[in-house]
Amino acid sequence: MIPVAFDYERATSTDHALALLAEHGDDAKLLAGGHSLLPLMKYRLVAPAMVVDVGRLTDLSYVREDGDVLAIGALTRHRDVETSDLVRSQVGLLAAATSKVGDPQVRHRGTLGGALAHGDPASDLPATLIALRGTLVVQGPSGTREVAADRFFTGFLETDLGDDEMLTEVRIPRAPDARWSFQKFNRRAQDWAIVGAAVMVDGETCGVGLVNMDSRPVRAAGVEAAITSGATAVDAAATAADGLEPPTDLNAGVEYRCHLARVLTRRGLEESGR
Amino acid sequence: MQVSMTINGEVVSDDVEPRTLLVHFIRENAGLTGTNVGCDSSSCGACTIHLDGEAVKSCTMLAVQVDGQDLTTIEGLADGDTLHPVQQAFHECHALQCGYCTPGMVMAAVSLLDEVPDPSEAEVREGLEGNLCRCTGYHNIVAAVLQAAGVGATGGAK
Repeated sequence: MIPVAFDYERATSTDHALALLAEHGDDAKLLAGGHSLLPLMKYRLVAPAMVVDVGRLTDLSYVREDGDVLAIGALTRHRDVETSDLVRSQVGLLAAATSKVGDPQVRHRGTLGGALAHGDPASDLPATLIALRGTLVVQGPSGTREVAADRFFTGFLETDLGDDEMLTEVRIPRAPDARWSFQKFNRRAQDWAIVGAAVMVDGETCGVGLVNMDSRPVRAAGVEAAITSGATAVDAAATAADGLEPPTDLNAGVEYRCHLARVLTRRGLEESGR
Repeated sequence: MQVSMTINGEVVSDDVEPRTLLVHFIRENAGLTGTNVGCDSSSCGACTIHLDGEAVKSCTMLAVQVDGQDLTTIEGLADGDTLHPVQQAFHECHALQCGYCTPGMVMAAVSLLDEVPDPSEAEVREGLEGNLCRCTGYHNIVAAVLQAAGVGATGGAK
């Protein structure tokens, strides 16, 4: 499978990438690790006229503590997130979820920012960022803004990113004492989650994000509220699928996905000490 | 676009369309046909090569992305007539049936042992998650990787 022909430019800096986006508008797509974009281009579901390669902007590959927050550069590869001592100790849920993305080869190339900017409800990382109450730093022609994960994912493969903007950093509140669990249900190695649940419990705070349970990555707000008000894991998890509209495909229908969401959320809560 | 990369220690340069996939560049421009195209959708791992020493799937990369970088394919693994320890272990354990997945399996296994030098069987199976054997011949493949780990697949004796 060969993509439709396109022009290619390798960005030498974030400003250069932004200038290219400004010049080419919605004809352009950013290419980071390429493991979300290139498959879409090979299937010809996407055909950008200009591909702007940001894969060598190594200054956007980092993990560092910034006060109460762990700051991760958007171009940090999955493998580097998965094996980072800082990520493991400060936001262990992210390390666990990242280790379940694709396979080792995919994790050597794919980036955290790329996976988030792709906005796939079936991806492990957007739901995880929601559970962790992360924010996304977006740079554009008029400066930098920070968007909460809940507002970033707006629809199926759609995000709050403008055509002239670039995701540069992911910020997650540090929670070294949190307990967490990443529950990914699939039937074969390397498959996408049929349903997944990212669960984090830190004292009175509870975060639950669900994978593949709606047209966008979603928060199980009812579960969080129930846990905060003292409900048991069983009672709280019973509300996991409330109000959600999961997809139907060869792997599962709506009813089965809702069942999985409740079961996985309960297991996640129990594994997180609730 | 003019691209130039080092493959198995030799510089290969050519003029390609930006949409040229890396696996096609390796097979058609560099003439190295040991790297196979399997599923062509980054699932099967038959196209696995090393980019700067790490296993990657060359069907899901563009040739222009690796301009100036250092690649190793299955042809670059042996030292002359001496097989790489992982290749030797595949040979000794008969870790292949039809052989189509073998180049990718070997490249993935070398990368795995580089990151996890002394893996458990479970770690080998999980570490080769990105490579499918259409003959389902996983048993001997896993045995070969474990044997290679025992003899120091990353170069040194253990």
